Amino acid sequence: MGEIAIQVERLGKKYRIGTPQVPYRTLRDAVMGVLTRSLRRFQNSTSSKANAEILWALRNVSFEIKHGQVLGIIGRNGAGKTTLLKILSHITEPTEGRAILHGRVGSLLEVGTGFHPELTGRENIYLNGAILGMKRSEIVCKFDEIVAFAEVEKFVDTPVKHYSSGMYVRLAFAVAAHLDPDILLVDEVLAVGDASFQKKCLGKMGNVAREGRTIFFVSHNMGAIASLCNRCLLIDRGVVIEDGKASAVVSQYQSTLYPRIEDPSDLSKAEHYGTGKARFISLKLTPMAIDGTSQTCLHPGEDLKVELKIRAEAEIVQTNVALTIYDAYGHRLIDANTALQGAFMSLKPGQETSVEFLLQNVLLKPGTYLLGLWLGRGSFEDIDGITYAGFVAVEPNPQDIMHSETFPGVYQCKFTHVMEVLSMSKVALVDGNI
Amino acid sequence: MEYSSSLTPELIIEPSKGWVSLKLRELWQYRELLFFLIWRDVKVRYKQAILGIAWAIIQPLLTMVIFSVIFGQLAKLPSEGTPYPVFCYAALLPWQLFSGALTRSGTSLVGNANLLTKVYFPRLIIPISASISGLVDFSVSFVVLLGLMFYYGILPTWAILWLPLMVIFTLVTALSVGLWLSALNVQYRDVQHIIPFLIQAWMFASPIVYSAELIPSGPWRFVYGLNPLTGVIQGFRWILLGTCPPHEWMIVSAGVMVILLVTGLYYFRRMEKSFADVV
Repeated sequence: MGEIAIQVERLGKKYRIGTPQVPYRTLRDAVMGVLTRSLRRFQNSTSSKANAEILWALRNVSFEIKHGQVLGIIGRNGAGKTTLLKILSHITEPTEGRAILHGRVGSLLEVGTGFHPELTGRENIYLNGAILGMKRSEIVCKFDEIVAFAEVEKFVDTPVKHYSSGMYVRLAFAVAAHLDPDILLVDEVLAVGDASFQKKCLGKMGNVAREGRTIFFVSHNMGAIASLCNRCLLIDRGVVIEDGKASAVVSQYQSTLYPRIEDPSDLSKAEHYGTGKARFISLKLTPMAIDGTSQTCLHPGEDLKVELKIRAEAEIVQTNVALTIYDAYGHRLIDANTALQGAFMSLKPGQETSVEFLLQNVLLKPGTYLLGLWLGRGSFEDIDGITYAGFVAVEPNPQDIMHSETFPGVYQCKFTHVMEVLSMSKVALVDGNI
Repeated sequence: MEYSSSLTPELIIEPSKGWVSLKLRELWQYRELLFFLIWRDVKVRYKQAILGIAWAIIQPLLTMVIFSVIFGQLAKLPSEGTPYPVFCYAALLPWQLFSGALTRSGTSLVGNANLLTKVYFPRLIIPISASISGLVDFSVSFVVLLGLMFYYGILPTWAILWLPLMVIFTLVTALSVGLWLSALNVQYRDVQHIIPFLIQAWMFASPIVYSAELIPSGPWRFVYGLNPLTGVIQGFRWILLGTCPPHEWMIVSAGVMVILLVTGLYYFRRMEKSFADVV
């Protein structure tokens, strides 16, 4: 077996969108199209092609994957990840360039492709296995293993339409997980099932990777990418814009995920929502070191000072102010609302006020977070809100031995540990050291 | 993808140009999938139907009764010396095999769109499996024919050995047309509305309720023979009921079938690359 598993050279895929080639054509349209096009050609020989809007879903993509590498593919929706996967899976044809795959290829773009609700679990295992490219003898061999992995032993002769959605997904993934290819192409299939099953799936993928197989893994789960892959491609608008170590590419991608944020010291250009009776006019973030001095960056466990200025355009009464911190996916992590502490604010038109928050002991893991602002009256009125007003960048603690970005997560609690050897052979005890 | 060689298989993916090969070898490698798809179709067809597989008997039998009353009793169409019900039923068997295979294969690609867009395998497997799965129904309704023949005291002759060939002929004809229709249906959904009409017209253009011997000799006979089912149906009657052998029909029908099959295969393979994008 050579060194290279997948070799991709200048791969491109073009789609025509809009007129004159829309996907669901009818015969009448086709006939009319021929008529109008020839008429147009008669009138003006150049205009006919301009109407077809051409979209390059993928352009000039080149890379090589060695045997045993686990490659992650990330990018926004519509960036071309799935198109790339579909070309490599031989489902759709490229418009230009070529790809060479060395080894038996298994592709998994969806779990449960071809499952039929009327068939029993047993029957669907055989059918789905055959669809995924397994031989009958292989399926017979792995049948018990598949059933055990899916945890559906009792229901294997029940039609899958009576399965719970969890059982269905487990069975579907189990079949796919027992495919034994040299090269495995996987799309966002792990986004299904409950958390414990997802963990099991990721574990299985990890095992496959350790067996030295080549995996090509498309996902939106940055944690999975960072922990499973040793290399990662970032695709944007059909072009590979980054190719490198998975953790580095993931963090670069996460920084591009954020919406553009204007200078927070002047919030007049930010996108506001709400009635506008008052406006946030500036925001200042100051990370505080443990000793209370201000510093340039925030580390886990330190305090963050947030200073806001608000100007009232009309009279506002009994309002409260809130800060929200989101992760890169827009999940709300922290919400600090003055109403929690019974503090309300009233302003006359033209009045300006400053509000200062001190977020204490911020135990966020290193990474970039977003800060949102809100001013209003409980659930009655949004006066001013800025969904994303600024960044909060948390840097790894310099004293940490390992950077925690290799261990994904959001919350970094403080911990101590005691390590103690509980049982040991006498020889080792005499030796006295471990 | 399946590979039989123990050497590292190599797959090159690039844009196809011009006429593409039929890749019949690859089709053979995927025979197990073909088997499983046929098996799925058969298994699922009569699920949740109280009468189940009995429908395979009821349908042709009721049609035969209706045709016998209208065309045999009222219109008194000649039936080449055999009782009209058997004469009609012997033609309905291949006809139902054909029309079922044609309907299923014609709509098969669109019906299996989820497979087309998610998994690779030779696409030809889909219309082929859809055509073949009607054989089970055929076998069941064939038993009824044997019963009818016994009732009317007709004994099969040695010519019955030709039966498998005739069945293959019927299926290949249905598949050839099905290849055209299924590939067209991916792009033009009009096809699925055309199919029922096409089948109805085709039925009356085939010697089912009447005998092909009614067609006056001369150029019309040749034109009539261009319908590949003429040879097949007359052939079925010859094999089972001992009516006159349809040699001259068979030659024209076989020629038409081969043309339909070859053009259908190439058209299908040519359109294949756009299936996943368009369906």
